[in-house]
Amino acid sequence: MGQTVIAGVSVDLNDEGYLNDPSEWNEDVAGEIAKEEGIELTDKHFEVLHYLRDKHIAGEQLTIRKVGKSGITDIKGLYQLFPGGPLKKSSRIAGIPKPASCV
Amino acid sequence: MKKLLILGGGTAGTIMANKMRKDLPREDWEITIVDQFKTHYYQPGFLFIPFGMYKEKDVVKPKGDFFPVGAKVVYSEVDQIDPDKNQVVLKDGVALKYDFLIIATGTKTAPDETPGLMGPLWYNQIFDFYTIEGAVALANFFKTWQGGHLVINIADLPYKCPVAPLEFTFFADAFFAERGLRDKVKISYVTPLSGAFTKPRASQMLGGLLEDKNIEVIPDFYMEKVDNENKKIISYDEQEVPFDCMVSIPVNMGDQMIERSGMGDDLNFVPTNKNTLQHESFDNIFVIGDATNLPTSKAGSVAHFEADILHENLLAAIENRPFTGSFDGHANCYIETGYGKGTLIDFNYDTEPLPGSFPFPGLGPFGLLKESRMNHYGKLLFRWIYWHVLLKGKEMPIDSAMTMAGKKL
Ligand SMILES: Cc1cc2nc3c(=O)[nH]c(=O)nc-3n(C[C@H](O)[C@H](O)[C@H](O)COP(=O)(O)OP(=O)(O)OC[C@H]3O[C@@H](n4cnc5c(N)ncnc54)[C@H](O)[C@@H]3O)c2cc1C
Repeated sequence: MGQTVIAGVSVDLNDEGYLNDPSEWNEDVAGEIAKEEGIELTDKHFEVLHYLRDKHIAGEQLTIRKVGKSGITDIKGLYQLFPGGPLKKSSRIAGIPKPASCV
Repeated sequence: MKKLLILGGGTAGTIMANKMRKDLPREDWEITIVDQFKTHYYQPGFLFIPFGMYKEKDVVKPKGDFFPVGAKVVYSEVDQIDPDKNQVVLKDGVALKYDFLIIATGTKTAPDETPGLMGPLWYNQIFDFYTIEGAVALANFFKTWQGGHLVINIADLPYKCPVAPLEFTFFADAFFAERGLRDKVKISYVTPLSGAFTKPRASQMLGGLLEDKNIEVIPDFYMEKVDNENKKIISYDEQEVPFDCMVSIPVNMGDQMIERSGMGDDLNFVPTNKNTLQHESFDNIFVIGDATNLPTSKAGSVAHFEADILHENLLAAIENRPFTGSFDGHANCYIETGYGKGTLIDFNYDTEPLPGSFPFPGLGPFGLLKESRMNHYGKLLFRWIYWHVLLKGKEMPIDSAMTMAGKKL
């Protein structure tokens, strides 16, 4: 997809619509991407998004199970916040790469 | 006397003991291997047991047969690692000191992590084939089963040998067809992945095979629990799949000893440098095989490639030299597709499985991402290689680093 303007910010997107550079992200960008996914962001969503970004920047691999143990929400809650593919959608909205299944 | 301690005498621990014993002089270095069990299982053979192709006796040998002469062997459960004291405490309270430690305690299934999985249907209509007990119980069940809905479910990621559930599914298709029961068996492959496999080209090829064989794929299904009464599995987002027989790949976790030692992630896998194989926090601890948290397959072939790198790096660490070995995530897996055929994938951290030929460009004899009889023979041959070459830490004609030669982009 390349350079795209989202919420007034020019961001570099890959073919699947994920930010190539997590530092181009801000909460308004998140809001716009979330809308595309049909999600209206609440404070709870942002707690999850910031958690994902912190873990990603710390170099940790993310799994649904891990977010479920984060204390922010459980797995069921995560599915309610980001219906469909919770980790894939939340990662996209958080401006971090699509979670890689390492098999 | 310096001490090298190896925890786990499975695939990886055995290879490392053999490699290190050759290089570390006996008068200076004591090598000790600790394992809780005396029997070595050829785990890839578990796949063949439910279909009566192998029996239990075909996949077991005494662990002791494969350890090098001149290594001390302790059969005991490890209770805890105490890295600040450079020691490991066994279940009976005995403490073992080390100068260098290798963690090779693997991964195992944890069915109790999923509510209802070990309920009344466990080993009656719900089975696993990642343990010898499960594989044998399933073989007995299949002998008299008259058909119904067969569901293969993967509970969570990562799980060891990522292609094994697919192979099981292909085998099941052929098995019931040969018994004239295929039209009475509906087969569903239920996975938390978005398709048959993760990497795009392999997923496409394997997904195509599933479709050809009339196997339903239910993707993005993350199992929450099993309803024993109504015989169905339920996902976190309330999808339901009914079954008459479920073959489960339960949650895979590292050993609890890792958790007791405070050394693991949320699944008890040990944070490991993905290139050097050194522990992320302790310089004299190295990790190999399924026990690591590395972003590559948990497979015997991977353990074998890692062993070449770890051998090099451990010698460097012992001799106070900089590391020279760098692991690239290389994995090489034969995949049974049924009816005497198989396929093969070869990949690493950066390169997804690609079509081509292996190991010799243009010649093979094995074909990458295509079905052939030769690939099936490769898999059968692997058992002999495993016992006679791989575990002994001998040289194999396959390089530990992946090569692009023979692959088509
Ligand atoms: C059904 C199936 C099919 C497979 N097919 C293939 C295939 O086709 N190709 C392939 O390459 N790989 C395959 N694999 C995977 C392969 O078997 C494993 O990846 C490999 O054995 C990993 O080696 P490891 O040394 O890390 O762990 P393991 O070989 O499992 O060894 C771990 C050892 O540690 C010991 N241990 C653990 N905790 C403790 C403790 N607290 N105290 C004492 N001892 C302890 C255990 O007893 C065990 O002996 C398959 C696996 C399964 C289950």
